[in-house]
Amino acid sequence: MSASVSIAEYESRYPEVFRPSLWKRFAPLLILAGVIVYFIYCWWFFSVGSVLASGQWQRAEYYARDWVSYAVRATIRTNSARPTISYPRFSELGDNPDPAWIAQRDGQAIVDFGSDSSLAIQRGRVVVNHDGETLEVLTESDKVVPQGNLPSWATAEEDEVSVNFGFAGQADILAERVVISRRFFGWANFVFDTASPFWNKSLGEVASLIVSGERIKPEMSNLALAFDNVWYNSSWQHGDVWTKLLQTIVMAFVGTLLATLLSFPLAFIAARNITSSRLANQLTKRFFDFLRSVDMLIWALFFTRAFGPGPLAGIAAIFFTDTGTLGKVYSETLENIDEKQREGVRSVGASPVNVQRYGVVPQVIPVFASQALYFWESNTRSATIIGAVGAGGIGLKLWEAMRTNTNWHNVAYMVLLILLVIFIFDNVSNALRSRLMGDSRTHRS
Amino acid sequence: MTDRTVPDLSPEGLQIERHWRELSGRRRAYSWLIGLGLLLAVSGSLWFANESNAGKFLDRLPHFFDFAGDLIPRDGWEVWRALFDLPSPYFDGSLKYDYPEGRVYLFGPVYLPEYFYKMLETLNIAIVSTLAGFVLGFLLCFLAAKNLVRNRFVRFVVRRYMEILRAFPEIVIAGFFAAILSLGPIPAMLAVGIHTIGALGKLFFEVVENADMRPDEGLRAAGANWFERVGFGIIPQVMPNFISYALLRLEINVRASTIIGAVGGGGIGEELRLSIGRGHQAKTLAIVLLLLVTIIVVDQFSAWLRRKFVGEQAFGFGGKPA
Repeated sequence: MSASVSIAEYESRYPEVFRPSLWKRFAPLLILAGVIVYFIYCWWFFSVGSVLASGQWQRAEYYARDWVSYAVRATIRTNSARPTISYPRFSELGDNPDPAWIAQRDGQAIVDFGSDSSLAIQRGRVVVNHDGETLEVLTESDKVVPQGNLPSWATAEEDEVSVNFGFAGQADILAERVVISRRFFGWANFVFDTASPFWNKSLGEVASLIVSGERIKPEMSNLALAFDNVWYNSSWQHGDVWTKLLQTIVMAFVGTLLATLLSFPLAFIAARNITSSRLANQLTKRFFDFLRSVDMLIWALFFTRAFGPGPLAGIAAIFFTDTGTLGKVYSETLENIDEKQREGVRSVGASPVNVQRYGVVPQVIPVFASQALYFWESNTRSATIIGAVGAGGIGLKLWEAMRTNTNWHNVAYMVLLILLVIFIFDNVSNALRSRLMGDSRTHRS
Repeated sequence: MTDRTVPDLSPEGLQIERHWRELSGRRRAYSWLIGLGLLLAVSGSLWFANESNAGKFLDRLPHFFDFAGDLIPRDGWEVWRALFDLPSPYFDGSLKYDYPEGRVYLFGPVYLPEYFYKMLETLNIAIVSTLAGFVLGFLLCFLAAKNLVRNRFVRFVVRRYMEILRAFPEIVIAGFFAAILSLGPIPAMLAVGIHTIGALGKLFFEVVENADMRPDEGLRAAGANWFERVGFGIIPQVMPNFISYALLRLEINVRASTIIGAVGGGGIGEELRLSIGRGHQAKTLAIVLLLLVTIIVVDQFSAWLRRKFVGEQAFGFGGKPA
């Protein structure tokens, strides 16, 4: 049997494989074309092009940098014979900074920017070394004049020369002063702020102060003082952040639990195989639909009006929305139960309540509990977002920190905490659910 | 009760009976303990929530239905006028009754009412981010599936990557891009889209791992390479489930983009927040109605499509972020 014969034979046997309908042949292509056309439409609808073009992309780098590092600013004035160094009032270096990377000798201030970059500043002249290149800038009373060709890392205007050392920082050389911004990896003053007596002490020193030191403040022990200083750290606000985080967790927990408790009995009314009144079924189901479809956002906004901003509004919003969603899921589960168990319990003469208690509840309890856990887990995420509209929790704090555009390290801290909480809850809820269901993939009912 | 049953039992039966009682007693004790623990946790949590709230629960309870007052307009037709941007007889130059101001003229006198336009914006955010998330989640999911990629390292990296995309708070992504691109729908789109990649990717690779591997085996026997195996052996089986999950995601994303909108992403969410804040009853009610109808329509449409694709099974949770 030659190949052509066998192909003809196959063709007669499976004509649909060899001659698919036009729709089948072109549907994927058409859908792809439709999606592309839709994307083009949206590009135009949101004027994506112009927004992207006007976006300040160089800022992205700065902001991303701020997540994991901090900059120390210093101003070196060159209007007197010896350069004078000043720091901003709330410097990361405390009230009397004397950083090792700024040295003064022979009427010169030498700023060290890491391995191969430095600035030597003196009256009328600044010498910059970077990457093996040297730039000399002469400063006069009202202008600055760079000598020779500008290296790629420097930009010059009439009254200012800026040198950029990348991550290590930058310096703006002006006629009578040099503004330094030196960047360091890490989070500054994460434990104690500069106002604390424990600030800038090593772990050993702090420990010995706490264990055996003299009382720094007579009214409280050093341990209490240290805790107080950490809790009220002015730039990291640990106390506030942790309280708000706890609020978010509480919102999700209480909201979901209350929703479970309410939707449990309501689901029995909504399930048509359990309550025989069609009116009651429909009323409850439409009530669930209503709660579910009025978005969590709308509930959150209304309850913020009712209770004032705070976690109560968040709890109420989650409670209302999830009563609807859980009620729907629960009643669908109830409608799909195995009738045999109920029949069995009924056949031995049990009362209607006992029929549900022993014929239905044991079947559905693991599913119900697992779904409640799943909702608890996902509400921990949603609670963060509705917090931002005022419904309490860490959301608003996060949003405010972002809107200032300078506190990205605080954002990073909060994000890290949120991720940690979500990670823990995910694992706890997954472990509990797989114990309940005997299977880890329980999100598909 | 013991008197009636015990005498009939054999010694073995008695032992079983005793054992059963012991077990059920222990189970009941556990149930009570769990119940007590939950009760303690809830009352503690409620106390904490109440303490840290701006208004106290009992003080504010009489104001519980205040929001109804935010919803009752001056007369019933005001809602209609607000919804379709018709001029109001109460117009006094204030923002409250300036309905025609928001008209979006398409051509000539034909206009799209403001809230419909904003709703369209929110819907578009949701659809674009779902589509983008679908495409990228689709590309990633095959690399995370145990039955297609033998290399543990690749799987590990792809899975952790999707986990991070999923767990990263949407609001932070929105805020970060808002700082670069200024507030508006594009940060919202990016935030919802990035989350969608992770969420769909996870569901997708689980579907792929549950796929029937016999077509794949046949293709491998015929000498197909990896792409051909995935393309002809796996994708045809998993596509209906993928689409079903994507539609479910779309329902969630419509809600998510409304919320992100309220925080500053534009669209109907922002209008709603402003309108509630300013106490414009007719506008608020119009937006709530529009939102309610839209969400119901989207949910029903997606349910209908899903039923077409996968039948009654594989119906997940309606409208829940994962």
